[in-house]
Amino acid sequence: MEILTEIEWMLACYTDDVPENGGACVKHGNEQIAIYNFSRRGEWFATQNLCPHKQQMALSRGMIGSSGETCEPKVACPFHKKTFSLLSGECLSGEDYQIKTYPVKVEDGKVYVGIV
Amino acid sequence: MSKPTVIVVGNGMVGYKFCEKLVTKSSGFRIVVFGEEPRRAYDRVHLSEYFAGKTAEDLSMSSASWYADNNIELHTGDPVQEIDRQNKTIHSLKGLTLQYDYLVLATGSSAFVPDLPGLEKDGVFVYRTIEDLDQIKACAANAKSGVVMGGGLLGLEAAKALLDLGIEQAHVVEFAPRLMPRQIDSAGSAMLQSKLEKLGLQIHLNKNTSSIEGDHCITGLRFNDYSLLETDMLVISAGIRPRDELARLSGLHVGSRGGIMVNERMQTSDESIFAIGECALYENMIYGLVAPGYEMADVVVAQITGAEKSFKSFDMSTKLKLIGVDVASFGDAFASEPACRTIVFEDTHKGIYKRINISNDGKHLLGGILIGDAEAYNMLLQTVNNKIALPPNPEDMILGARGGEQAEGAGVMSLPDDALICSCEAISKGTICNAVNDGATSLDAIKKCTKAATGCGGCAPMVKDLIAGTLKANGEYVKNVICEHFDYSRQELYDLIKINELKNYDIILDHFGRGDGCEVCKPAIASILSSLWNDVIAKQGTIQDSNDRYLANIQKGGTYSVVPRIPGGEITPEKLIVIGQVAQKYGLYTKITGGQRIDMFGAHVSDLPDIWEELINAGFESGHAYGKALRTVKSCVGSTWCRFGLHDSVSFAIEIEERYKGIRAPHKLKGGVSGCIRECAEAQAKDFGIIATEKGWNLYVCGNGGSKPAHAQLLAADIDSKTCIKYLDRFLMFYIKTADPLTRTATWLDKMEGGMSYLKNVVINDSLGIAEKLEEEMQLLVDSFHCEWKEVVNNPELRKRFNHFVNSPEEKDPTVKFETMREQIKASW
Repeated sequence: MEILTEIEWMLACYTDDVPENGGACVKHGNEQIAIYNFSRRGEWFATQNLCPHKQQMALSRGMIGSSGETCEPKVACPFHKKTFSLLSGECLSGEDYQIKTYPVKVEDGKVYVGIV
Repeated sequence: MSKPTVIVVGNGMVGYKFCEKLVTKSSGFRIVVFGEEPRRAYDRVHLSEYFAGKTAEDLSMSSASWYADNNIELHTGDPVQEIDRQNKTIHSLKGLTLQYDYLVLATGSSAFVPDLPGLEKDGVFVYRTIEDLDQIKACAANAKSGVVMGGGLLGLEAAKALLDLGIEQAHVVEFAPRLMPRQIDSAGSAMLQSKLEKLGLQIHLNKNTSSIEGDHCITGLRFNDYSLLETDMLVISAGIRPRDELARLSGLHVGSRGGIMVNERMQTSDESIFAIGECALYENMIYGLVAPGYEMADVVVAQITGAEKSFKSFDMSTKLKLIGVDVASFGDAFASEPACRTIVFEDTHKGIYKRINISNDGKHLLGGILIGDAEAYNMLLQTVNNKIALPPNPEDMILGARGGEQAEGAGVMSLPDDALICSCEAISKGTICNAVNDGATSLDAIKKCTKAATGCGGCAPMVKDLIAGTLKANGEYVKNVICEHFDYSRQELYDLIKINELKNYDIILDHFGRGDGCEVCKPAIASILSSLWNDVIAKQGTIQDSNDRYLANIQKGGTYSVVPRIPGGEITPEKLIVIGQVAQKYGLYTKITGGQRIDMFGAHVSDLPDIWEELINAGFESGHAYGKALRTVKSCVGSTWCRFGLHDSVSFAIEIEERYKGIRAPHKLKGGVSGCIRECAEAQAKDFGIIATEKGWNLYVCGNGGSKPAHAQLLAADIDSKTCIKYLDRFLMFYIKTADPLTRTATWLDKMEGGMSYLKNVVINDSLGIAEKLEEEMQLLVDSFHCEWKEVVNNPELRKRFNHFVNSPEEKDPTVKFETMREQIKASW
């Protein structure tokens, strides 16, 4: 069972700060977090903004989409099109990278990111 | 026990193929290769492509490590000098002495050079090796006119090389009364001649050269009718002479007119010495094509590995593209009445000549000739070789069925399994179909596992048909789709979106796709939408590729570069100053680009709208450097300043850049306009290139630089500015509508069936009846131009998207770091 109590919800931004079916970047201390408004699915996701492939702060500027039978939601880094699962953070382009994902909740037009 | 040693003398195409065939058959031999040339074996058949931009490495038959990978010892630049048949040893130029068990002579041929006074003069060349080509290239740089001696297959190849090198007056001189006397008849030759003359070649038949004129350098050719043809250079390509000197020296039997005599097992008069390829004389005949040479290699491999195989006289049917003109001759091309009946089709307007010879009983095809359109070649050849019964109206085979039912039995799938499809590698239909059934369902896969279509490539269309036919026969459906979310090709999607007038990605996905889309279909559809409706792309920002989303090119470290349009590379001092001031104010690195404009690097995403506001206020527009769109039309300075310039290339380049700016396409588009043949704008390395001539402009299309450089090809010659723009409209729009995503024009043309002649037909002759429509569609795009940056700068909602942190809009990305290099910034990485 997931332990919800340890999550600290940070107010990241407002829903209209993030374009539909796209991403935006928020600052949390020294951390950069990419937030994705997957409006086609009515879902929100958040990951680290740094692409582990060439260490670029860019994932929030990438295109999002889905892949395979299960429609796994994903983001493609704008630099070299490495793709990452928005659910697990696993690299879907067949390489050994892993990115951090964050839980997201939306209330009253406000977007909160869960910091563990 | 040590392995028996096979020494191969000669490292040409046939020598290489012998090694390749031997190593696949057996690992029980030590193989040693001696070659005279300094490099690995290369593709001599496609030698003229060396001038069209291919490198020696591109032409190479194998990778650099191939010989080592297969344990073959290769000695380049070291010809064998002596054979000691008593002791079975050879002796090389560099002093190696080696024992052999089997010796394979694949010494090839040299250019036949008639004995003429003046051969020693500067500017006289043969056309045979890459070294010859380098010398020709160097000489052509300063030559205005050039002559090729020899109107045969090789001569016309050489003539193409002269045209490719930009020789203004290129001539072909032939001794016989017709071109390609060994392959085609007089009527075919006349048709070929008129086609070639249209392309700028001057052809002189019945000319017997008596001497080469000039003091130190060649100045002309004197013929035995005392006439003189002035020229700056001469390329002799009058035939081949077998290289039999080593065999002669070793006492092997050679023919009275040259060639090492061999029996049907390819053995010379010494049974442990074989000869293959163009040096071998079989039944008094030298086989000057690559396919029979490969067959000979196969025979020798069989001999030494203990298999049964002998050489039978070989089908010399050929299909070639000579200077863009199809020429084919097959079976008994010259059979004539009363031995057979002939059917001839001639269209002097399109430059097409077709002749087929059929048996008197009308049942079988004996042979024929095709000029100008050789599409039917493969099927006709198969019909001859497999003795397939002719349809009741055999003329359908060259004219196509006209009304009524399609002729029965047409198509490659009706061929017997043992029909030879790839004659270079001797691959049958059955072998290819089996490979398809085993999972090789693309041309590349077939090439890899069967080697079919790896030689001359002429059978590639048939192989593709066989793949599609076999898959279809198995109930599988083959389609070219853009990604997992759409079962359509780009062209199909383009039409669907247009007919249904759809303008939004999500709606298109709902109508024609599945899932949530991805980084492949989103930008592809964004590009189609833009090519169709030319809306402001920032309004659907998240389906755009990153550069299009931020209307700038993302660079290392996550900053962007800014490129305002500078049409034709012409800029006023006032505007130069503005660029300098903007770059200074925002701390940008500046560099002149290859497309004659100025790039400013290191802009923070949040500075982009402010930077552009200043640029737009000074009269600049977006340069679309970030888009799959028209980039620049590069120009030379032209007739306004240059003493050589024929026309005002700058004005024309600006006119064209202004016309097509902002138009999105499957890939980026680049253009160039040169004011004379010196071609300072490098227009022939662009998707479209325009070069001034005395009479107007020459329009070249489908070239590019980049990782796979391609020379643009001539689409139309000596046309006026209006016609040039008309053809460009049609060409560009046809490309935009039909190319796959991210396919440059050169690759698009490569994949196009019928190639350049088809494209010419569509653009110039309006063979599809769509020219007017293409022009209208282009005009629509031209009329709907808008500066994308102006739209963003003036729209607060869109401007808002240009912040790094949405929760701290004022703050720039703190991870961006610069260092200093030559007094400018550089991304710290």
